[in-house]
Amino acid sequence: MTVSGTPASTDPASVPHLDVDPFDMTFFADPYPAHQRLREAGPVVYLDKWNVYGVARYAEVHAVLNDPVTFCSSRGVGLSDFKKETPWRPPSLILEADPPAHTRTRAVLSKVLSPTVMKQIRDRFAAAAEERVDALLEKRSFDAITDLAEAYPLSIFPDALGLKPEGREHLIPYASVVFNAFGPPNELRQQAIARSAPHQAYVAEQCQRDNLAPGGFGACIHAQADEGAITATEAPLLVRSLLSAGLDTTVNGIGAAVYCLARFPDQWQRLRDDLTLARNAFEEAVRFESPVQTFFRTTTREVELSGATIGEGEKVLMFLAAANRDPRRWDQPDSYDITRRTSGHVGFGSGIHMCVGQLVARLEGEVMLTALARRIAKIEITGEPKRRFNNTLRGLDSLPVTITPA
Amino acid sequence: MPAITFIHPDGKSERVETSGGESVMQAATRHGLDGILAECGGNAMCATCHVYVDESWLARLAAMAGDEDALLDGTAAERRPNSRLSCQIDITPELDGLVVRLPERQV
Ligand code: HEM
Ligand code: FES
Repeated sequence: MTVSGTPASTDPASVPHLDVDPFDMTFFADPYPAHQRLREAGPVVYLDKWNVYGVARYAEVHAVLNDPVTFCSSRGVGLSDFKKETPWRPPSLILEADPPAHTRTRAVLSKVLSPTVMKQIRDRFAAAAEERVDALLEKRSFDAITDLAEAYPLSIFPDALGLKPEGREHLIPYASVVFNAFGPPNELRQQAIARSAPHQAYVAEQCQRDNLAPGGFGACIHAQADEGAITATEAPLLVRSLLSAGLDTTVNGIGAAVYCLARFPDQWQRLRDDLTLARNAFEEAVRFESPVQTFFRTTTREVELSGATIGEGEKVLMFLAAANRDPRRWDQPDSYDITRRTSGHVGFGSGIHMCVGQLVARLEGEVMLTALARRIAKIEITGEPKRRFNNTLRGLDSLPVTITPA
Repeated sequence: MPAITFIHPDGKSERVETSGGESVMQAATRHGLDGILAECGGNAMCATCHVYVDESWLARLAAMAGDEDALLDGTAAERRPNSRLSCQIDITPELDGLVVRLPERQV
C-alpha cells in the first residue's frame, strides 16, 4: 500500500489517496495494520480502489454518524448509490431512510424493542442460556461458533420474533447476503446475491402477518399498523429489518465475546470472580472486535470535514472498527478489558440510526456470558480458529474449544 | 463552569465540575463516576443513565421529550416522579449547583 498526497487541507486534491482495499481477503484476515494506516494517513482519506472517501478516526466517524442531514442513508449504506443504481432488494424503511420517513419507522421499532419489553423477555432469554450451557457441559469439546454463538441466538431470537419452525435454516444465509451486499461488487457480493433467491423468498413470506405468532416482535410490528403508526404494506418490510439485522449480528457478537474470553484467560477469571461484569464483557467485545465493521453514507451537499472538502453525492466509508481502537479516543485500544468504560464506542453506531436492537444484543450477551462464567472454569482453544469472510461482518467460522466444568 | 453534585445510594456525594456544552451524563462519565452506565452513549436508547433529580431543581429543567418519558418506564430501578435520563439534561449556567441522586442500579 502506498500513501500519496499531503495532510488534508481545503484543497480536495490533498486528501491522502490510499490503495488499500478494505473488502479484500488479505484485509479481512488481519485488518489492524491497515486500520492504523488509514487512521494515521489523515482525518479523511480517499480509497482509489472503489472511489470513495473514508474516515477511520473516532472523531470523524462520530461526526459523520451524527450529521444525517449531510451524510444521508437513503442513498444506501453500502457502496451502491441508490440514486444511480437499482438496489438489489427493496430498500429498508429504517436503515436506508432519512428523517422524516426514518423518524416514523424508527419510533415503531424502538417501541417493539424497548427497555420495558426487555424486562418481559429477560427470564426466557436467561433460561435458554442455561439450557445451552447444560448441552455444552455434556459435550465438553465443541465448536464455539456452531454450538454456542449460533445455537444460542437461534434457540431464542426466531421464537421471540414469532417465526414458524420450518425454514429457519434460511435466516443466517439471508443475513449473510444482506451484509455482503453492502460491500463493493466483488466476488463475495456477486455470489451472495446470485444465490439469494430462495432465502429472499423465505424471508418475504415470513414477514407476512399470518406467519407471525401472536405476542412476538413481528406481531407487535403489525399491531402498530392497526394503531396507524405505519401502513399495512410497511409492516412486513419492518419485520424484514429484524430478520436481516437481528440474528447474524448477535451470532458474531457472542462469537467475539467467547473468542476474547478464551484468548485472554485473565479476563475470564475476572469475570468468574464478578459475574456482574458479564454485560460489560460483552460490550467490550463489541468494541474490541466490532462485529459490524463498516457502513457507508452519501453526501447530500458539498461539505468540509476536518479540513477536507467532499463534494455532493460522494460515498463516505465509516470504519467503525478502526474508530473503536483509535488511540486518540481509547487508552490501550488493543487490549480487551472487561472493566473498561465502553460508553461511546461506535460498534452499534451512533446518532439517529444507532442500533435499534442494541438492548436485545446486550441481553443475549449478558445472560449467555453469565451462564458460561458461572458454570465453566476454563475454556481452551484446541484447534486453529477459522475466519468467516463477509464484506461487513467480522467473525469466525469455527472455534474448536474444550471446557472444564466449574 | 457549573458544578453538579451526584449523591450515591449510600449517601456519599461527589461534586463534578462540568465544561460547556455537555450533558449531565457526559459530565459524569468524563469524571469516571460510578453509577451512570450510559450504554447507548447518550442517544436516548438505553435508559442506563437514570437519575433522580433533587425536587428543588426539577422545575428548572427543560421539559422531557416523549421518547425520554417512554424510556423511563423501562429503567432498572423504580421510576419516580423526579426520574430523568441524565443524557437528556443539557448543562446550562442556570444549572450551577444541580443535585441529582443515583439509583440503586442501572441494568
Ligand atoms: C452485536 C450485535 C449487533 C451489532 C454489532 C449491531 C450493529 C448495528 C449498527 C452499527 C447499526 C447502525 C447502522 C447505521 O448507522 O447505518 C445498526 C442498526 C440497526 N440494527 Fe443492529 N446490531 C446488532 C444487533 C441487532 C439486533 C439484535 C437487532 C434486532 C433485534 C438489530 C437491528 C438493527 C436495525 C433494525 C438497525 C437500523 C436502525 C436505524 O437505521 O435506525 N441489530 N446495528
Ligand atoms: S445514555 Fe442511553 S439513554 Fe441516556
